[in-house]
Amino acid sequence: MSDYNFAYLDEQTKRMIRRAILKGLAIPGYQVPFASREMPMPYGWGTGGVQVSAAVLTPDDTFKVIDQGADDTTNAVSIRRFFQKTAGVAVTEATAEASVIQTRHRIPEQDLRADQILVYQVPIPEPLRFLEPSEVETRKMHALEEYGLMHVKLYEDISQHGDIATAYAYPVKVEGRYVMDPSPIPKFDNPKLEMAGIQLFGAGREQRIYAIPPYTQVVSLDFDDYPFQPTKADHACDLCGAEESYLDELIMDDAGGRMFMCSDTDYCATRRKQGHVGAQGVPYKEDAA
Amino acid sequence: MRPLLQVENIAKFYGARIGCTDVSFDLYPGEVMGIVGESGSGKSTLLNCLAGHLTPDHGAVRFDTRAEGLRDTITMSEPERRMLGRTDWAFVHQHARDGLRMNVSAGGNVGERLMAVNARHYGDIRAEAIDWLGRVEITEDRIDDRPTAFSGGMQQRLQIARNLVTGPRLVFMDEPTGGLDVSVQARLLDLLRGLVREMNLSAIIVTHDLAVVRLLADRLMVMKDGHVIETGLTDQVLDDPQHAYTQLLVSSVLQV
Amino acid sequence: MISVENVTKSFVLHNQGAAEIPVMAGASLQVDPGECVALVGASGAGKSTLMRMIYGNYLTASGRIMVGDVDVASAAPREIIQLRRNTLGYVSQFLRVVPRVSTLDVVAEPLLLTGTGVDAARAQAELLLTRLNIPQRLWQLSPTTFSGGEQQRVNIARGFAFRYPALLLDEPTASLDPANRATVLAMIAEAKARGAAIIGIFHDHAARDEICDRQFDVTTYTPGLAA
Repeated sequence: MSDYNFAYLDEQTKRMIRRAILKGLAIPGYQVPFASREMPMPYGWGTGGVQVSAAVLTPDDTFKVIDQGADDTTNAVSIRRFFQKTAGVAVTEATAEASVIQTRHRIPEQDLRADQILVYQVPIPEPLRFLEPSEVETRKMHALEEYGLMHVKLYEDISQHGDIATAYAYPVKVEGRYVMDPSPIPKFDNPKLEMAGIQLFGAGREQRIYAIPPYTQVVSLDFDDYPFQPTKADHACDLCGAEESYLDELIMDDAGGRMFMCSDTDYCATRRKQGHVGAQGVPYKEDAA
Repeated sequence: MRPLLQVENIAKFYGARIGCTDVSFDLYPGEVMGIVGESGSGKSTLLNCLAGHLTPDHGAVRFDTRAEGLRDTITMSEPERRMLGRTDWAFVHQHARDGLRMNVSAGGNVGERLMAVNARHYGDIRAEAIDWLGRVEITEDRIDDRPTAFSGGMQQRLQIARNLVTGPRLVFMDEPTGGLDVSVQARLLDLLRGLVREMNLSAIIVTHDLAVVRLLADRLMVMKDGHVIETGLTDQVLDDPQHAYTQLLVSSVLQV
Repeated sequence: MISVENVTKSFVLHNQGAAEIPVMAGASLQVDPGECVALVGASGAGKSTLMRMIYGNYLTASGRIMVGDVDVASAAPREIIQLRRNTLGYVSQFLRVVPRVSTLDVVAEPLLLTGTGVDAARAQAELLLTRLNIPQRLWQLSPTTFSGGEQQRVNIARGFAFRYPALLLDEPTASLDPANRATVLAMIAEAKARGAAIIGIFHDHAARDEICDRQFDVTTYTPGLAA
């Protein structure tokens, strides 16, 4: 064990955060203010998510961190190591094995179970902020359910781009009441917001926590004549051949060479282990990578 | 006929200073009332008290709501008052910047009130926006431009379109034609007159422009130092003013 | 239809030492449906003042002015607005309209205000403008740019568009050529025939004698002028 209190934060702080989480779960989509602490990492690197994870982790948990779907980016690795060191919890890259998953900008491809918690890192929790700079006014708008402005944003999209061009952080209405920013996940992931697991959202700099309880209705806002459409690159994964997963595009050379691959690295690796091979892929070997 | 708005003994003080006091009147459907007076006479304070932007210290402002008849808008809950503010009421600001979203396109500005009352068909919203822009002489090809790209006059016309698109029953206007070209002012006056007639619209217009009230207002209220000093039919007050101040006001207008 | 009973009027000029100028005292006048009465008297005797009092444009200090069942001297503004909309027409000497509104719409407006449909109102306006010899090419223009005579005829067309039961005419034939003058007199006669009560001011004595049933000399009631 280390010299840190379990999961870095002191117990009183964790209790405070848990109260905010419970309130958030009780009022799905509502932004609960909380006394965000200084964390040993800069704002924008997941301080909100880390505090939420610290508050929900128990010694028996298995922890996974993904950044844009990947387990192996600097951000994901450092947060995973942070809790390995301060909480001594088991870590994993396998979605199915994790009990707490902290994520930045993605929802894992594999459906989560009721015994799993997904913790989102949120940069700007206020979906109305784009058009209404006043916090006093936006809070009033939430309180009074005045959400016409949200559609103004979508209107602007269509008028300027011919279609709803918002591709990530696509606003949703939770349980028919609060309009919520789902954090900058691709809108491809929006349908997955209705899931069996608990979803918690933490914004450290903005000092807000919000939540979606299991099996909660989450509707992506749209127009009757421009219905919401989750989109992805019109390709199959070049490594594992998956056609239904969200893809990253990689520029391979200066000659226009491109490659599409699953943004969810665990999903892709799992499929390759099962023998799936994409157009540019090679059969999976245990000692490779 | 029942009044649309009943104002009873409205008073607003800024500390010891009088904003406006002892103001009472009834406004009936289809009536346009002008409030004139010099700067500091309390006319804008009164308008803001009536429209719910300021809370008066005394008095009642009763509005004939569609659901429940006359309700005091000062004591009603804020959600109800804000709902009125984006459905049955409209407020046209003196400075278009106060009444527009400057970082949203003209079409979005006009469409906002429609979307606020749950319009969810993009094509319909856009068609309505184009229609209203046309009515205020903004061509369709400007619909996707932001107000920052518009002249002051165009911004003001846009604000009026944005306000009237939901067919409000009561329109508050604070120096609505203040910043406009004379020709645009005339077109707007005609537009507003037509709307008053077609939609049985009521309006309260604060202005210092006596020519505007003569053409637009049925009734006139003259204010000085926070008090109403004369009221009556617009042409009667202007042609046969009784109070010394009104006589001075009327005789001070430059003839063209 | 129009009944003026013992009315008094004075102007107080607050900005000129609060000088009080009495202009009318004890005037009474009755005009029945189908009757046309001319107001006469020297210039400044108060013909226009009395007409404006009947229209509600000037306040009446005391007395009653019944038009139909409304006492203009004591009515609330909105009652007078209703009265002007449905009962009491007024053709003034000057045309006062919103700039840039087409002549056709200026003439049609009183009909629109009383519930006539747009097409029917415009059709009626076209008939009147044709009758008053306003060339069709001018109909879509604003009358503010017209000559004095044209403006006067537009004003008359507007005043006669709706069939008011009571009409006030201030110099309706001034600045008109003989042909148009005859048309206007015919229109007044038609209004009388349908039962309108009319009060007019005519400097055109021939027209006055032709159309008016009797004369009412306001000089009698002008303080300081009465013989």
